[in-house]
Amino acid sequence: MQQVDLIALFLHFLALWFVAIGGPSTILPEVYRYVVDVQHLMTSAQFAEIYTLAQVAPGPNVMYVTLMGWHLAGWRGAAATTIPLLVPATTLTLLVGHLNERYPDARISRAIRSGVMPITLGLMLAIATILMRAVAHDWHGYLIALLTIGVALRKSLNPLWLLAGGALAGILGFL
Amino acid sequence: MEQSESQRPQVSRLALFLSFSQITLSAFGGAIFWTRRTLVERRRWLTEREFLELLTLGQLLPGPNVLNLTVMVGYRFAGWTGAAAAAAGFLGWPCLVVVGMGQLYYHFGAVPQVQRALAGMSIVAAALLLATVIKLGIVLPRRWRPWLFGALAFVGVGVMRWPLLWVIGGLVPLGVFVAWKELD
Repeated sequence: MQQVDLIALFLHFLALWFVAIGGPSTILPEVYRYVVDVQHLMTSAQFAEIYTLAQVAPGPNVMYVTLMGWHLAGWRGAAATTIPLLVPATTLTLLVGHLNERYPDARISRAIRSGVMPITLGLMLAIATILMRAVAHDWHGYLIALLTIGVALRKSLNPLWLLAGGALAGILGFL
Repeated sequence: MEQSESQRPQVSRLALFLSFSQITLSAFGGAIFWTRRTLVERRRWLTEREFLELLTLGQLLPGPNVLNLTVMVGYRFAGWTGAAAAAAGFLGWPCLVVVGMGQLYYHFGAVPQVQRALAGMSIVAAALLLATVIKLGIVLPRRWRPWLFGALAFVGVGVMRWPLLWVIGGLVPLGVFVAWKELD
């Protein structure tokens, strides 16, 4: 494992969370670009494995940043990527949450909601395709992906069952 | 229907910590479902409408949306220390669990069955993200403006692989400005 500049990692995640409007999925492409494409700290397959492990674990999906920090530099790495999560929540969120109870229907909040939502969706689509290209290598993989999407859109099944199905397909050698 | 200030339930810091610990430890595959179930249906600390408002706000603010909701709920019932208690319960346990799973993975990750299982789960995880995009995309208004901005964001990050900060810095102010004009 190579030496990781923890301060740079901390500052990068800190900056990211202040633009992460619309949830943790919006920073996923940038985290990928930074740790895989720019810093070469891990391969795209390792990135996808870490994201999957965090999805399987209980808790918010955003915990993939903790696991990634831990993977890179142990507990200090986990702290460097997790503590920045809390900073916008404890500053901006409390401030705006306080103001919101006074002005809930202001035009600017409606404009932000309507203007930012499609951008968030475009970014989520981007990372979903990047991840898919990293993990699905042939038609077997894409078939599983299509089946998953089909079931997820029609039934309100606990996603854990679908993940278990994917694991089973892998173990049985379908991939 | 309307819940007045005087009817707002009394919630202690310990109750906040314990409830958000319970939410996060049962939250497999995304936390929003479990947060709503606990806060609205079981504890009855929030009405459906209050929950939806706080969640929307959490989504509009930077940072993880459910963490933002957690902090606002804690603050609403018990001030700064309540926010800290709720956030500690919500993030503390998953940190330990996810690192524990990481440890297990580095011990058993080389086993071929584990590798194959994880390969299968990785595909499902990516597909679940795609399904979420499709579900959310269905509620997007059928007008050119939102679809254009969504497509630009997708091409910028997914195809051109430009840095997110550039794409967001360029698209978000423009998107909010156009939406502001539409509200006239």
